[in-house]
Amino acid sequence: MNGQEREAAIIAEVTEWISANWNPDLSLQAWREILVDGGWAAPAWPEACHGRGYTEAEASVVSRVFRQHQVVGAASSGPRGLAAETILAHGSDDQKKRYLRKILTGEHAWCQLFSEPGSGSDLAGSSTKAEFIDGRWIINGQKVWNTSAHHADYGILLARSDWDLPKHQGLTYFLIDMHQPGVEVRPLRQMNGHASFNEVFMTDAVVAAEDMIGGIGNGWAVAATTLSVERRGFSRDRSVQSFAGLSGRVYDEYQEEQRIANEPYTWYPQRAGRVDLILSRARETGAINDPHVRQEIVRLLSMRKGADLAAAGAAAMKKAGTNEVIPAGSIAKLAASEIARKAAHVHTMISGPEAMLAGSDSALEGTIAEILISVPAISIAGGTDEIQKNIISERVLDMPREPRFDTGPFRDIARNTADT
Amino acid sequence: MTQPLNEDQEQFRAVVDRFLTDKSPTTQVRRLMETDRGYDAGVWKQLSQELGLAGTHLPEIHGGFGFGPVELGIVAEQMGRHLYCGPWFSSSVMAGSMLMLGADEQGRESCLPGIASGESIATLVLDDLTAPARVGQHIHADLLSEGATLSGHAGIVTDAHVADLLIVVAGTGTGRGLFSVAPDTAGVEITPLQSIDPTRKLCRVNFEAAAAIPLGELSEAAMEAAWDYMSMALAFELIGSAQVLFDSTIDYMKMRVQFGRTIASFQALKHKSADLLLELELAKATVRQSAHELANGGQEPWLCSMAKAMAADACMSVARSAIQLRGGIGFTWENDTHLWFKRAKSSEVFLGSPYEHRERVMQMMERSVA
Ligand SMILES: Cc1cc2nc3c(=O)[nH]c(=O)nc-3n(C[C@H](O)[C@H](O)[C@H](O)COP(=O)(O)OP(=O)(O)OC[C@H]3O[C@@H](n4cnc5c(N)ncnc54)[C@H](O)[C@@H]3O)c2cc1C
Repeated sequence: MNGQEREAAIIAEVTEWISANWNPDLSLQAWREILVDGGWAAPAWPEACHGRGYTEAEASVVSRVFRQHQVVGAASSGPRGLAAETILAHGSDDQKKRYLRKILTGEHAWCQLFSEPGSGSDLAGSSTKAEFIDGRWIINGQKVWNTSAHHADYGILLARSDWDLPKHQGLTYFLIDMHQPGVEVRPLRQMNGHASFNEVFMTDAVVAAEDMIGGIGNGWAVAATTLSVERRGFSRDRSVQSFAGLSGRVYDEYQEEQRIANEPYTWYPQRAGRVDLILSRARETGAINDPHVRQEIVRLLSMRKGADLAAAGAAAMKKAGTNEVIPAGSIAKLAASEIARKAAHVHTMISGPEAMLAGSDSALEGTIAEILISVPAISIAGGTDEIQKNIISERVLDMPREPRFDTGPFRDIARNTADT
Repeated sequence: MTQPLNEDQEQFRAVVDRFLTDKSPTTQVRRLMETDRGYDAGVWKQLSQELGLAGTHLPEIHGGFGFGPVELGIVAEQMGRHLYCGPWFSSSVMAGSMLMLGADEQGRESCLPGIASGESIATLVLDDLTAPARVGQHIHADLLSEGATLSGHAGIVTDAHVADLLIVVAGTGTGRGLFSVAPDTAGVEITPLQSIDPTRKLCRVNFEAAAAIPLGELSEAAMEAAWDYMSMALAFELIGSAQVLFDSTIDYMKMRVQFGRTIASFQALKHKSADLLLELELAKATVRQSAHELANGGQEPWLCSMAKAMAADACMSVARSAIQLRGGIGFTWENDTHLWFKRAKSSEVFLGSPYEHRERVMQMMERSVA
């Protein structure tokens, strides 16, 4: 079967399944159970884990058909995808059974507990303590900048289980229940006024033995999977379908789910620069007649086009199993940063003095202002630009690694003084 | 979506690469660039007759291979990689594409077979090299009952000094027409010029009531289409050059030791390299897609111009750094880096600067929503 025949076959199969099963009057939960049982919630996942083993390209055909028929898909908000991909890659059969389904149905929301006050870029410098006592793990320490932790049911957690080993070898990765007395979440206000990230304090928090993932001391390798998924995600279109004006219980409950789950993310499209608004803004304001603005617009759209094409090329390569995942994610992430900065620059050019205004006094009900004060996040979140450049130069171009001052037992190396 | 090369295309690429590795090493490039003619007739003959590269994209009925833009891009990329010295771009890409897209049946039949076989070397005389809309204002055609005469001049024409055939775009009063002129016709004056890139030979061409054969009226669409074809091919040349410069620069940095460590270990240079890689990868992805766009006539007609602008900018960024990151040796005549730097500089403004191409993209986008 060639590509087009394969696509047509997928479209036919999904369409038939939808017409036999879609019912907007079910509860959202009931509908998603059917969706998962039908194998259409995550077609790119393996067959043994609710999926069909489709390539990313094939899976995107499925989502397209869902969109066309205005059918609600699996839950996708927040860092749940990071948890899911990590569990798929490193989890035990038991963990896959216990967690994956509820990620898809939306029953469980997740957060990522990686960064700490003392270790951000240097993620392997985590000093959150994990001790195995009486058959379970006891966690003590602080995490920070944790998006969505304030309404997460579970967290993916990186912590130190051994202080005498070199830093990368003493880490272990856990799945932690956020609803327990030892876990306290405090929201943090950001420079753009939103509060989507949090501090998370863990005081004798408990993780069951069967919720360690990937083995003791293997946390760094597991975290690398999470990070590469995260970085590739920066170039992805995060827009969600609104299903506005449609009636049915599934739609109503979906709207409510989106309202809560996406509240921390309303500014995320702005963080990426809103390239989609550039041409219409330039036309409305007349800036499109300015030769300088025209040049900058095309520079921006060219970067966007090139990045989309390069990402598609990398995805095609990945499918053929010829490409390492991490560098492709780093290139995509660095591109996303550059594009966002450029977009903020062009929006500023287009707006002129009006770029001084904010909120309802500014263009598009504050959207333009929000772009200008949200873009600085994209080059920090998920690993800074500088870290991506280290990764690209070392893994893609095979240039020498940075000199190390942090070898030997973790307890002996220099750390921020606040750490113990 | 960008498709990787299929097996046949990959093989074709390897054949061209092998041929040029053998025939166009920098020792040969240096030898040829010092000559007036600028190319090796024997290699041209092999290239066109044994490999058929002169007719890569030209129709089979006119003696070409009948391949499309993707294969033309494959050849052009290798030409840029190996800095091939010769009339391939002038004759096959420029004159060939213009005839294929803009000449009448008779014009195609009379001119293309010679170009496709490489027996006749042609060049395209454009009186403006900045944008297709501006071509045809400095050369004027007087149409006679039989034939025509051309008057005017083109300030910069590639390879005219070795051409057997000049294909000329001229204003006709009511529009533009395509003409062919034999270079030895009375009233044709070809003056070699000094070029910043000695591997690309340039001339000035003057016409004074020179007898010409009309090859048909040239529609605006055909002029634009030919410009797309040429820009796309030049963009492929540019990324071919950029890749050589990039790879050789990374290799050099891994070898050169200062302060007791290789310069590749300095973070400032690692980050610079990552920036260059990103710019180059985005340009390459767009250039490759532009060939598919031309082949399939998709939704984004501006991709060829976008590709040319991105490739020129990326190649110049890489070329500047290729010299900077080598230090003093990078600025010598003996080091090969300047050969590609000069080709990049020349290609940057040839057939439209990045600035002109971005403006063209904008105009096409505005038209597409209007
Ligand atoms: C909006 C947002 C959402 C986030 N969400 C989450 C989340 O959900 N979960 C989570 O765990 N974390 C999250 N983060 C945290 C994020 O991953 C870290 O902020 C980031 O990795 C940087 O770490 P840091 O803040 O400690 O800065 P530092 O690591 O202290 O970096 C400070 C500066 O030093 C530079 N630097 C550091 N090391 C090097 C080096 N080796 N070479 C060159 N330069 C270097 C950095 O690039 C940066 O410019 C989020 C951050 C933001 C802004």
